[in-house]
Amino acid sequence: MFSRALRTNRAAPLRSNAFSKAALVKRTVTTDAASAHADKDSVPEDDVKPFQVHLSDESFETYELDPPSYTLDTTKKELKQMYYDMVATRRMEMAADRLYKEKKIRGFCHLSTGQEAVATGIEHALTKEDDVITAYRCHGYALMRGATVKSIIGELLGRREGIAYGKGGSMHMFAKGFYGGNGIVGAQVPVGAGLAFAHKYRGNKNVSVALYGDGASNQGQVFEAFNMAKLWNLPVLFGCENNKYGMGTAANRSSALTDYYKRGQYIPGLKVNGMDVLAVKAAVKHAKDYATAGNGPLVLEYVTYRYGGHSMSDPGTTYRTREEIQRMRSTQDPIAGLKQKLIEWNVVSEEEIKNIDKEARADVDKEVAEAEAMAVPDSTPQILYEDIYVRGSEPQFMRGRTTDENYYY
Amino acid sequence: MSRLLRPASRLLSSCAARPVAARSSFQSNTLPRIASIAARRSYASEGGPKEYTVREALNEALAEELESNPKVFVLGEEVAQYNGAYKVTKGLLDRFGEDRIIDTPITESGFCGLAVGAALAGLTPVCEFMTFNFAMQAIDQIVNSAAKTHYMSGGIQPCNITFRGPNGFAAGVAAQHSQDYSAWYGSIPGLKVVTPWSAEDAKGLLKAAIRDPNPVCVLENELLYGQSFPMSEAAQKDDFVIPFGKAKIERSGKDLTIVTLSRCVGQSLIAAENISKKYGVECEVINLRSIKPLDVETIAKSVKKTHRLLAVESGFPAFGVGSEILALGMEYMFDYLDAPAQRITGAEVPTPYAQGLENLSFPNEPMIEAYIAKMLRL
Repeated sequence: MFSRALRTNRAAPLRSNAFSKAALVKRTVTTDAASAHADKDSVPEDDVKPFQVHLSDESFETYELDPPSYTLDTTKKELKQMYYDMVATRRMEMAADRLYKEKKIRGFCHLSTGQEAVATGIEHALTKEDDVITAYRCHGYALMRGATVKSIIGELLGRREGIAYGKGGSMHMFAKGFYGGNGIVGAQVPVGAGLAFAHKYRGNKNVSVALYGDGASNQGQVFEAFNMAKLWNLPVLFGCENNKYGMGTAANRSSALTDYYKRGQYIPGLKVNGMDVLAVKAAVKHAKDYATAGNGPLVLEYVTYRYGGHSMSDPGTTYRTREEIQRMRSTQDPIAGLKQKLIEWNVVSEEEIKNIDKEARADVDKEVAEAEAMAVPDSTPQILYEDIYVRGSEPQFMRGRTTDENYYY
Repeated sequence: MSRLLRPASRLLSSCAARPVAARSSFQSNTLPRIASIAARRSYASEGGPKEYTVREALNEALAEELESNPKVFVLGEEVAQYNGAYKVTKGLLDRFGEDRIIDTPITESGFCGLAVGAALAGLTPVCEFMTFNFAMQAIDQIVNSAAKTHYMSGGIQPCNITFRGPNGFAAGVAAQHSQDYSAWYGSIPGLKVVTPWSAEDAKGLLKAAIRDPNPVCVLENELLYGQSFPMSEAAQKDDFVIPFGKAKIERSGKDLTIVTLSRCVGQSLIAAENISKKYGVECEVINLRSIKPLDVETIAKSVKKTHRLLAVESGFPAFGVGSEILALGMEYMFDYLDAPAQRITGAEVPTPYAQGLENLSFPNEPMIEAYIAKMLRL
């Protein structure tokens, strides 16, 4: 889609959108993760034996908070899984892209191509007892929370075996520990604080991760949620996925302060390179420890980039240049970045990583094909009216388009 | 007030006919009449009906549900230390502690969303709005986050939450604090909406709302909080719930069916009583109790008997509860009607402050009475 790259390098103006000039002089979070390293000799043979990797010293920036450790304990198995997860997410999003263009997917469809490291990194720092809630760019999160590719693509295709039985579509997916999939910009943020409230009410040592975009960060209710979360010390990790554009409006055209991690004011903040899955995992792990220790919320900012348009109807090129997109893809891609590191650190051979690529693509393609073969829901009143209310608690009937079509439970 | 209007014999029979047994709020009303009479009689020596204000009834409902279910908590502005802006939550903080009775900042959208999140996570919040006028700040959370999630998730994500607070007409507070939202919430599939009038309504419907696994709006009325009503012995117990979708015939009659809700029930009863005294004409007054689901059957049965229909409500006229009742009348009762169905509503005007003007903006007993007389050509 963006193959016709132009020549000039527009990196400088892009950066000035997201980071203050003063910050550029000091150590800053960039989306360039090149300086991360691991001591090759310390990488064990054993897939599950822990070892340390050193994160890029540009991974984090903090606000009223000690930075996370720049070393991350991991295993070869986990690194390979992270790589697999990102490749599978992208493959699934590309399948959605194709199906949309084939007119098999209706309505809105927001893809996270380019942003895979955020969902993957967050998931690898959480347990299934933690909660995630996000906005409408939700396919990757649903996959990471344990939904199958088949059920996600099936939902996009409006199939009966889709994750929401064909009732939710692209923006509304739910799974254990995953609360959507929400279509109203910013409304999921106080709801996410409520998930954290429930953890606190029950005395669980778990967190809720409430994600929103740089566009949503200006919604009033985001600040309302900040206030209550800090007031009541709720274990919520607010997370601004800053992909630099809220629809077609650049961050600096919508936000008086584009340092989104500082926007909690009285809540400490942590900016993290959202194109580096290892940095994301380290940041969220650190943040989870902080929140579950009773310190209350944090505001994280994942600096990332969306390769495609805001949704499928947006070519994504009227408000940014093709060369900007091309530069991000070619220099800061989260998948290529991790791949390069894994090979460099001898975690995997080139052969092995090709096999992971193949495996992930084959797995996704197989499930996409299965999803395409699934049946659509029967167009019957029974299916139309099911689940408006919890089963057994329905009113006597729901009104149809005419009284003849009234549906009696 | 209703005590004065209703002879003791009618009061007793209406109590006995009411379903009172312990059961979930959403089961159909099939309890045999005999059984409830028997149950009443066996406890008759303990004292019978007691006077409760609506405020006391709501307070008791909250206390009982907080007592019986540790997942229930109350949050809202001034609900805890201040004892409730209208004292509905009085004493609950002392009894249940600050973990379960929670004062919020003045951020309706935020705390409503937070309550919805807690409900999605499996708790049972009671989200109080100081008035539903302020819930407009949060209506997106009520409609989009609470009401639609169960359907959108394909039935895997329920949201057991109760939104409550005073709604509709209040005296002398002008336009921004006197709006009736029944029609707004009543139009949303996925929500249930109840509009209590009496103390029994208030207790039984609020308890049913908290127990119902769906999001429920309990639209109370500020002017009713201080009014006293007899509470039957059965309703004084902690297992008393009123099933949703069942209207209550507060006064039976054969000449006109008045369908009404909330504060207008009391006004309609007075008007009906006066009409009866003056002209010997008997109006049947139906208290809707719940407007979503709405009990079409009870209305239709009544109209079949009276052949005339009048809706009385205090919301704005256009696209309101009255409009809906008249539309249902056309659809289901046209053949029984001897005259066009009519409605009395609030006036189509932002509520004015000056008392004389305010009086012209809402239904009151004399004008309801006059309109009935006109309608029936008395």
